[in-house]
Amino acid sequence: MSEIIRWTAAELGAKLAAGEVSSVEATQAHLDRIAAVDGDVHAFLHVNEHALDAAAEIDRRRAAGEQLGELAGVPLAIKDVLVTTDQPSTSGSRILEGYRSPFDATVVARSRAAGLVGIGKTNMDEFAMGSSTEHSAYGPTHNPWDLDRIPGGSGGGSAAAVAAFEAPLALGSDTGGSIRQPAHVTGTVGIKPTYGGVSRYGAIALASSLDQVGPVSRTVLDAGLLHDVIGGHDPKDSTSLPEAWPSFAAAAREGATGQVLQGLKVGVIKELPDSGFQSGVASSFHAALKLMEAQGAEIVEISAPHFEYGVAAYYLILPAEASSNLAKFDSVRFGLRVTPDGGGTVEDVMSLTREVGFGPEVKRRIILGTYALSAGYYDAYYGSAQKVRTLIQQDFDAAFAQVDVIATPSAPTTAFKLGEKIGDPLQMYLNDLTTIPANLAGVPGISVPSGLAEEDGLPVGIQFLAPAREDARLYRVGAALETLLVDAWGGPLLDRAPILGGNR
Amino acid sequence: MLARIQLSDDEVTQLTGQLDAIVDNIAKVSEVATPDIAATSHPIAMHNVFREDVVGQTLTTAQALQNAPDADGDRFRVTAILGEEQ
Repeated sequence: MSEIIRWTAAELGAKLAAGEVSSVEATQAHLDRIAAVDGDVHAFLHVNEHALDAAAEIDRRRAAGEQLGELAGVPLAIKDVLVTTDQPSTSGSRILEGYRSPFDATVVARSRAAGLVGIGKTNMDEFAMGSSTEHSAYGPTHNPWDLDRIPGGSGGGSAAAVAAFEAPLALGSDTGGSIRQPAHVTGTVGIKPTYGGVSRYGAIALASSLDQVGPVSRTVLDAGLLHDVIGGHDPKDSTSLPEAWPSFAAAAREGATGQVLQGLKVGVIKELPDSGFQSGVASSFHAALKLMEAQGAEIVEISAPHFEYGVAAYYLILPAEASSNLAKFDSVRFGLRVTPDGGGTVEDVMSLTREVGFGPEVKRRIILGTYALSAGYYDAYYGSAQKVRTLIQQDFDAAFAQVDVIATPSAPTTAFKLGEKIGDPLQMYLNDLTTIPANLAGVPGISVPSGLAEEDGLPVGIQFLAPAREDARLYRVGAALETLLVDAWGGPLLDRAPILGGNR
Repeated sequence: MLARIQLSDDEVTQLTGQLDAIVDNIAKVSEVATPDIAATSHPIAMHNVFREDVVGQTLTTAQALQNAPDADGDRFRVTAILGEEQ
């Protein structure tokens, strides 16, 4: 195995800038890695046949003396929910098989402009509905730590790709935890930015008031570097926030010095007791907090009494918005069309196309959404869920009046076995218990590896939440803890992942 | 019906059971959603966005039709809008 793939994006970027390695070499090393291990992992739905051309172009520009960004020439995996002109975009659904977007998502265009090399499109639960990638129409992704286990979801492909060293960086999207929960189960880093902090233009919409695009990586600094590339106002997304953002890479670098922990107030939620978590998840969480405390952080108990209603509110708001967003898959303008034997009206064609083209989870949520929005039920369901949203925001406001960040375990358990929860949607939904409140309130969240659970040796993540627009605080705190932990471990957590593909 | 998805009998049976369980669980939002609480539709307060009323970047006809299941060169082609009983 080439050592190139073990480098962080920051390291690779520096070596590219210094001329120690070319983008073609780096891209080829990752393509070789994909060829060697992706048969087992299945992180990718498509590998970009134009990747080496793009890499050669970056090398040419660099050789011509052009000043390029810190990530120029670094390979990037792209979640299939983001549309790309040079590769197909399916959002994990049969209904979009072979779809070719006439435009790039803004985050893809910005990555391209910064010289990142799109290496492939990553697997995901269909239309980002799920916590395991088992709802992908193209088969599940396997967790690089244990191929019989889930990589999280919906962005399991992006998380598995960086965990398996198939790419140093990936783009994800997070509607209820789809960046942070996969980070938790794969020993990687994931950030859901403040709602509106990163453009959603060209992200195939799931639930428009919850969706947010963000970075997936192996280190906090790498996530910050990618966030700096993709973030900021986009006139094509009317929910994009207009203000200027500080550099998140600079915040990560500052955080790595550890000074941020001195006097930092870290809130721990009373209503999320250890009994709600697998014991190894809870103990890893507390060990991380102890480490922070030893560096001067103060752990403060806070109350968030309405978080327990978050999952319920989410599974009303999300299906309602999704049922509306997915109405565009009508067999007329793009995507699959299935015509009944003997023909039929447009309506018949539409119904059969959606029957054939959508998987079971998508059908469940669309039907749930149309029900929640229907006359007579609207106030009781959708209206009440929106009120819960207000209550959760008030919980956050009260908490952030007392503390700088909130900490929780990123998910209730470590990676479960493929197939274990697929038959019980309600159990699957409870995976996102700790991540959903951030989406409902629009605040940013990060998941950073905190260690391995003692009972099963699988990765655990710690989640930090900050007030809206305070994403930089998460990079400072995340990098501070990461530095302490990597020092304590004697190397990154992923050094302890099992060998894949036989040639590592 | 609103969802515009044809379902097999097996699917209807399975979905009915699952959706009953899900709806039972999510109905608990009404426990705390008292009339005095305002609803939030959007996580961050935002105002409508306006722009100058000028032609911007748009797709060409060829781009708009490139993914169409059926087209006649200029337009999307679909089957009959109305059934015989209508």
